[in-house]
Amino acid sequence: MADGSLLTTDVAIVGAGPAGIAAAVAAANRGASAVLLDSAPRPGGQIWRHRSAAELPASAARWLQRLRHSTVTWIPSATVVGMHRARALLAEREGREFSVRWRRLIIATGATERFLPFPGWTLPGVLGVGGLQAMLKSGAEVVGRRVVLAGSGPLLLPVAAALARAGARVAVVAEQAPAARVYGFAAGLVRTPGRLAQAAAYRSAFLGARYRCGTWVVRIDAAGAGLVVSLTDGRRVWTELADLAGVGYGLVPSVGLAHLAGCEISDGCVATDRLQRTSVPDIYCAGEPTGIAGADSAIAQGTVAGTAAGMASGPAEGAPARRAGTALASTRGFAARLSRAFGLRPEMHALADASTIVCRCEDVRLGRIDRGWTMRQTRLYTRAGMGPCQGRVCGPALEFVTGKPADSPRLPLFPTPVATLAAGPPPSEGDT
Amino acid sequence: MDGTPHRVAADITLAAALFNLGVRAPRRSVLGESRGPLCGMGICFECRVRVDGVDHRRACLEPVRNGMVVETGG
Repeated sequence: MADGSLLTTDVAIVGAGPAGIAAAVAAANRGASAVLLDSAPRPGGQIWRHRSAAELPASAARWLQRLRHSTVTWIPSATVVGMHRARALLAEREGREFSVRWRRLIIATGATERFLPFPGWTLPGVLGVGGLQAMLKSGAEVVGRRVVLAGSGPLLLPVAAALARAGARVAVVAEQAPAARVYGFAAGLVRTPGRLAQAAAYRSAFLGARYRCGTWVVRIDAAGAGLVVSLTDGRRVWTELADLAGVGYGLVPSVGLAHLAGCEISDGCVATDRLQRTSVPDIYCAGEPTGIAGADSAIAQGTVAGTAAGMASGPAEGAPARRAGTALASTRGFAARLSRAFGLRPEMHALADASTIVCRCEDVRLGRIDRGWTMRQTRLYTRAGMGPCQGRVCGPALEFVTGKPADSPRLPLFPTPVATLAAGPPPSEGDT
Repeated sequence: MDGTPHRVAADITLAAALFNLGVRAPRRSVLGESRGPLCGMGICFECRVRVDGVDHRRACLEPVRNGMVVETGG
């Protein structure tokens, strides 16, 4: 793609996970031109990340095949850095900028892992739970490595299983939520038998390891080339030796682009109607940004959004929305049960001490932040959130630790050569 | 990588290749701490390295290529 080039499309879709793929395919099936962008080199998002299609479940492989056989223009390795006022996305690919002008935009930016700062979370070898999974799916070899997994949420189980299958020794899986709530959640899975069978399969894959509820990491220290992980159940503290640790606390909807576009955000999620329309005309949102509910829900929402956005004459309240509506209702129930079961316990607020780095980009320690400051003051006085991650990692972490609401996202959404911004029309408001 | 040629699997990311070569910390932080990948998906920028002369490339988003010149900051 040439520098400064401009693409024009009926429907632009940002994010090529299940929601974005389903949306792009649905829009194309309606006869609309569709451009699908993602920062990754391959479609699939995090859940369908793969090295070869053979690794994927059949349903995922089918969606990727539908995408390949569709008229969708797929642009890999493209990072969306901002929006022009005139219905255009500004994106960067291999150091070159380009714009995508759209008539309808579908935001399917997925979710990121929630990281909570604790002493030692910046050590090499300490990754997120999803981070460890992503590395594994990208070709990292873990044979014989001793791994501690900790944090919260249903992701712990499949990652433990995948690590065990790949030859790692999973020492312990620590879930901070109390056992009663976790098993209550598991019992609730009877309503979605597919998920229950999946959970049983994951558990049997790492039977040698302990799965401890009501247990969390208090600190990690480096010891030679390895790690010493200190765990607690609230009564005593003990240590585990590990080569690698995966620590993550569930998922946070990625609402940065939607926020920048002016879409209404409510409780950290993009607000949409039954047709996945946001509060901004011609902008739709599908999948995890509307609430963490998993791939099935994302596919259903993506299908609704793509169908509506792909209709040339404008979205009508029609049959396709009603059909996907049933799937939406059951997955929304799942999302609610998920957040009840894996709510973070109060002790999580106190994991970081004054010397703990809270902003990894700028190395800002918690002790430098005055609890009386707003998030904006924190940013201005300490540079927390001003680094390349643009607050994606420290934003949710600081919000949780200080109890202060996050700032609105800043332009560019991702670091970009100054020329990229200078070349485009003025960015819309949103920066401060 | 850093002047030494390495043979790695063809269909993996640069972040995975660095991991398999034993590079746990491809960069140093503002205060000089060793840092390695955290999110694995292009969000945290902890795995950033110089690739073919271009700074700040996220290793987790770069597929490995023949002849790729990688400079770590670790």
